[in-house]
Amino acid sequence: MSSYSPARVRADVPMLHRQVHGHPLTYLDSASSTLPPRAVIEAMDRYYECHHSNVHRGVYLTAEEATADYEGARAAVARFINAPGGAEEVVFTKNTTESFNLLARSWGASQTQPGDAVVVTEMEHHANVVPWFQLRDSHGIEVRFIPVGDDFRLDLSHVERVLAGAKLLSVTGMSNVLGTRNDLAALARLAHDHGALFAVDGAQSVAHGSTDVARDGIDFLAFSGHKMLGPTGVGVLWARRSLLEAMPPFLGGGGMIADVRTDGFTPAAGVARFEAGTPPIAEAVGLHAAIRYLEGLGPDAVEAHERELTRDALERLESTFADRVRVIGPHDVIDRGGVLSLDVEGVHPHDVAQVLDQHGVCVRPGHHCAKPLMRRFGLAATARASFGPYSLTRDTDALIEGLGHALALFA
Amino acid sequence: MAPLDDLYREIILDHYRTPRNRGELATPPAHRVEGFNPLCGDEVTLYLELRDGRLADIKMTGRGCSISQASASLMGAAVKGKTLEEVNAALERFRQLMTVTETRLDEGAEPEPLDVRSLGELAALAGVVKFPVRIKCAMLAWATLAQGLSEASSH
Repeated sequence: MSSYSPARVRADVPMLHRQVHGHPLTYLDSASSTLPPRAVIEAMDRYYECHHSNVHRGVYLTAEEATADYEGARAAVARFINAPGGAEEVVFTKNTTESFNLLARSWGASQTQPGDAVVVTEMEHHANVVPWFQLRDSHGIEVRFIPVGDDFRLDLSHVERVLAGAKLLSVTGMSNVLGTRNDLAALARLAHDHGALFAVDGAQSVAHGSTDVARDGIDFLAFSGHKMLGPTGVGVLWARRSLLEAMPPFLGGGGMIADVRTDGFTPAAGVARFEAGTPPIAEAVGLHAAIRYLEGLGPDAVEAHERELTRDALERLESTFADRVRVIGPHDVIDRGGVLSLDVEGVHPHDVAQVLDQHGVCVRPGHHCAKPLMRRFGLAATARASFGPYSLTRDTDALIEGLGHALALFA
Repeated sequence: MAPLDDLYREIILDHYRTPRNRGELATPPAHRVEGFNPLCGDEVTLYLELRDGRLADIKMTGRGCSISQASASLMGAAVKGKTLEEVNAALERFRQLMTVTETRLDEGAEPEPLDVRSLGELAALAGVVKFPVRIKCAMLAWATLAQGLSEASSH
């Protein structure tokens, strides 16, 4: 049983103890980046204070310790997402964006032919769109989009046609704008039925519910450390071992080779061939601590708490502001996470966010790196509030008070 | 951090709610130029009519945040009918107004206060520099004007 208490998580996060403009910090931007608990910060401090050395090289004690720390983090990631092939399927990258670039340039460039199709959706972050367009421009593939319906969910009515002849379906676990969660197991079956592989952008979903690549039939999974209570600078690309083994190296340099001669090189075997140069060791250690922390909370308990916060916020936004504040996303909490994209009548999102800042409330204005989706709904930008495992209803109180101020100021 | 009133001065809110010089001019004789702020989706389109060394008329359309749209409106009011030398001087003064000087990063050191008397109503935008993320919003119309003037003079 989980002993999850959001108030205790709040106590564990140092940044949530600071004041902003005379108000307690109301952090509602976890979809951009989550705030790390003390356990993560201390794990990285401990690493730098006691164990830091380069990995996979020295034979002295601290080099062995650093290597054990780094490889231990890889094993923790494998357990966290239930990777059937274990740590040998986990590649450390810089972030989700780099993971998708690795996927497109290594798997994509080696396993697709001109005319092959990669299918994404209209609700993807640019990280799961632009690398495929780049592959289109360099290798002549076709990029197709599954549209988003007026209900803010994937419109699968023509999916058979869209998936015909596709090599890959790549979909977000949860929209960073709408909060919509996609049914990964069902989409995986659809992809596999059409002979396509199935990739998931887990950036928004890994910290807010359980992730299980074996259960859901996922072939590739990308995510970032800093969106799951960990540090910036570390991300993951997980791939099924058979797929990873067929993929050529991505970046070249130290650490990724078996041999280098004056006439060429031989890449290393295993995940090492995707990790050129000194990797983000301290960040991997921080990610390991974040995983332990999240596992201690219990992914299902976190998901249930954020669902309740979202239900409460949707109701109170509606009862307080009616049509003056429109939520761009599902209005129920079924298959929906804690992301609330707001369109405030007569107030530009930039101005909304600026007024909220004066109340100590952090929200994100902009297009959220999802321009195809914004265009779909005729918006240039929204003001986005998003919950994390430390969020409480009093965060929603502060949001509503600030929104009232913004509406009054620009009325 | 500066209080919100420094940013949302009454003049700015007034120009946001009631923008001046809205509309379009026939092209030609007017020159049309568009500016975008891709980060937040602010956009402004200017119609510039140059005649006898003057910016004889200016009209604009656009949408975006209060700072970008009020700055455009204030700019139009400030430069309409002025000689090109005067317009360029106003552009230069506004750029200075929106410059974050290095001394501002040095806590405790007060920057040299800029003389804003010559700026008239534009001085209302002086507070924007205390909110560095918003400088791009305030600069949008001005950068678009500079681009339009240079395009129009090269035709």
